[in-house]
Amino acid sequence: MTRSARRTRRTLQVAGAGAAALLALSACSSSDDSSSSKSDSSASASPKMSGTVTVFAAASLQESFTTLGKEFEKANPGTKVTFNFGGSDTLAASITGGAPADVFAAASPKTMAIVTDKKDAVGTPATFVRNQLEIATLPGNPDKVTSLKDLTKSSLKVVLCDKTVPCGAAAQKALTASKLKLTPVSYEADVKSALTKVELKEADAAVVYKTDVHAAGSKVQGVEFPESANAINDYPIVLLKNAPNAVAAKAFIALVQSAEGQKVLSAAGFLKP
Amino acid sequence: MSNLRTTAIEGTDDKGLDAHLIVDRGTFRLDIELTAAPGDVVALLGPNGAGKTTALRALAGLVHLTDGHLRLDGAELDRTPPESRPVGVVFQDYLLFPHLTALDNVGFGPRCQSATKAESRAIAAEWLDRMGLAEHAGAKPRRLSGGQAQRVAVARALATRPRLLLLDEPLAALDARTRLDVRAQLRRHLAEFEAVAVLVTHDPLDAMVLADRLVVIEQGSIVQEGTPADIARHPRTDYIAQLVGLNLYKGRADGHTVTLDTGPVITTTEDLQGEVFVAFPPSGVTLYGSRPTGASARNLWHCEVAGLETHGDQIRVDLTGELPLAADLTTVAAAELDLHQGALVWATVKATQTHAYPA
Amino acid sequence: MTQLDTSDAAAETLKGGPGRRRVRMTGRGVPLPLLIPALVGLAFLLLPLVALLVRAPWRSLPSQLTSTEVWQALQLSLFSATAATAVSLVLGVPLAWVLARTEFPGRGFLRALVTLPLVLPPVVGGVALLLALGRNGVVGQWLDSWFGITLPFTTTGVVVAEAFVAMPFLVISVEGTLRAADPRYEEAAQTLGASRFTAFRRVTLPLIAPGIAAGAVLAWARALGEFGATITFAGNFPGRTQTMPLAVYLALQNDPEAAIALSLVLLAVSIAVLAGLRDRWMTTS
Repeated sequence: MTRSARRTRRTLQVAGAGAAALLALSACSSSDDSSSSKSDSSASASPKMSGTVTVFAAASLQESFTTLGKEFEKANPGTKVTFNFGGSDTLAASITGGAPADVFAAASPKTMAIVTDKKDAVGTPATFVRNQLEIATLPGNPDKVTSLKDLTKSSLKVVLCDKTVPCGAAAQKALTASKLKLTPVSYEADVKSALTKVELKEADAAVVYKTDVHAAGSKVQGVEFPESANAINDYPIVLLKNAPNAVAAKAFIALVQSAEGQKVLSAAGFLKP
Repeated sequence: MSNLRTTAIEGTDDKGLDAHLIVDRGTFRLDIELTAAPGDVVALLGPNGAGKTTALRALAGLVHLTDGHLRLDGAELDRTPPESRPVGVVFQDYLLFPHLTALDNVGFGPRCQSATKAESRAIAAEWLDRMGLAEHAGAKPRRLSGGQAQRVAVARALATRPRLLLLDEPLAALDARTRLDVRAQLRRHLAEFEAVAVLVTHDPLDAMVLADRLVVIEQGSIVQEGTPADIARHPRTDYIAQLVGLNLYKGRADGHTVTLDTGPVITTTEDLQGEVFVAFPPSGVTLYGSRPTGASARNLWHCEVAGLETHGDQIRVDLTGELPLAADLTTVAAAELDLHQGALVWATVKATQTHAYPA
Repeated sequence: MTQLDTSDAAAETLKGGPGRRRVRMTGRGVPLPLLIPALVGLAFLLLPLVALLVRAPWRSLPSQLTSTEVWQALQLSLFSATAATAVSLVLGVPLAWVLARTEFPGRGFLRALVTLPLVLPPVVGGVALLLALGRNGVVGQWLDSWFGITLPFTTTGVVVAEAFVAMPFLVISVEGTLRAADPRYEEAAQTLGASRFTAFRRVTLPLIAPGIAAGAVLAWARALGEFGATITFAGNFPGRTQTMPLAVYLALQNDPEAAIALSLVLLAVSIAVLAGLRDRWMTTS
């Protein structure tokens, strides 16, 4: 890439970030009452939206995004939100491979970069939440796991996400930072699979997201660990270049970033961006 | 053979076959009694569906007896599984194991009887030699001719030294030429065989050549038993009569006159009373275009030609009318009479050509 | 060039002259209505393989192939596929015999159940295996508490998962061959003194060997390619449970070149094995 092109690109990025920041600010400030803000945004947005919005989102966003999808459909009758949840890396590969989608919400900037590098995104991705790791153990914590170090006990069957998945990369970061060597029994392809292994009681513990522990309810018991602060994942969201329904897609992204959206996400355990 | 169940019987000379085979198949029921002494060759003869194969399979143990008994050399066999019976079977299409050579096929039985591989091969080689097949010992069944395969099948069955040899249509799969040679050879082998042999066939010539005794089965029951000569001369059913090539009728005799159940009267040379069979060969029948003058009115019938068939160098005429019968004529004679379907003729047979015997 | 078929001409005269309208033949005698779809089908199946070869990163291939992960995955794949096929043979052939040669009420239903893994999505199969043989599974919990045997996350677990999806292929293939095989050979063997099992061992088994081989090849190929059941039941750990398909899947996300390299290796090995067995093993003759 030429230097001038790079400069142009950076200018655009800054401009884009600025615009995104302004958008976020306006979204935050314009609402006290969710319904009024919704009617506001729908009134100020282009005339009645319709059609399907296809959202590719990281597995950890499953519960909260599904809720947001239903809210979106209620607020905009005639629309339908369909989701494809999975490992962010797999989703990114599908998008660059040509899968038709409107929105991509990844669990790490690295996996988002796979899409933006191939120029399949419009504008700059905006971080809309952050996620922190947490240990999920069997209900009642029978193995008395209290720290990350406890997981290295040889008698425990621990599953981690694969390094290629954001959750796995974050776990590795935390482990390296604490100078711990953990050999799991399996590297799962996405965070939900790791969680399922504990839910099915096949594994004694897994390193997953706070949100996953929250979503699993009584099926697992969460154990926080301080090292997780070293490896918090930023979750970016972006409109895709070849979005079939860009108008509705933008509105969905706006909802995610709005106070209402943030409320839902926080309730699930996400950290504010 | 080593796990043969023997029941102790008083009087040890119970050798041979003593069977009452009852097999109930729902729509079909087989009920025959069969006895034979060691060295006997018995032929089961009958039309398709008569039950001959069922009888054979029951003797082999491949079919369960619904009732009855089966004793071989004094031992009760009806509950014994086929592998424990001292019975050898030669199947209609031989069923030589395709993946084994002729030698290993013949050696299969001895091998199952716990001979070692070497021993069984030696036994097999001996048998193949006896059959004149020594140079084919290493051949797989698909390389053998029909006649060779048949002999291997016989050798295979005999190699286990069975006390009962069963043969299912042993010559049926062979062409006419091979059949002549093989039949002669089989006759010799059966003559040498010291135990009981039972063969199933629908070919009367095979039966007559190979067997000492014929048992004719129709629809699950025995209809006639005896030596081949006996049965040929005194057939008791249409099937047998057709088999041996005779015109057969049933009637009531009063001296030399036999009144048939259907009405007509036949004059015979025998002097009998009561229920009788009357038979005469098609070759004894003479046909006339118009009623012959001067000939006695005895054994003269007005008939219509129902069909014509070539039989070798003769024409067989199928006649209906006063008395349905078959007549053999030379082609010349048939032409002279202008025989065609529907033609009316007069048929006559000399009393000396007829043969009457008690029913 | 069309070959002169003189025998046909003779046959035609016997039949009384050419009366049939012949289908247009190509030089080798394949009718056109069959040839064209056949070629399309062939292209359809071969195109992805060709694309793989064309787009392969040939220059960086040597360095990719020397990584230990590749060889670990390959070794594990070959070992587990072969082990799974062995299990399928030992259990599947007798099962096929029972289904083909015996009569009992509900046999048809049982046969349908046996083929269920064929239509079950592999991941569902994996979950079902967990529920049955997992640490907390219906049978698995006894295996764990009595014998200390756990199957998930082990290589044995990989073999179990692969055998679960591959065995039905073998059973179907062998059962078909058994049905076609003449049961009278077994009868003949019995009359010669062989017990039913000896007849099976010395007569039936050699006769159905081609069918067994064909079924074994199918099972091996299926086991080699299994992904969903393996990753769900046995997990993913390099050297222990990471088979080639799993390695390819995970590599594809952040290192497509490595994924292609792995795919090529798998392709080469599979072709070598399948071609080496020659097509007489692929048909049940």
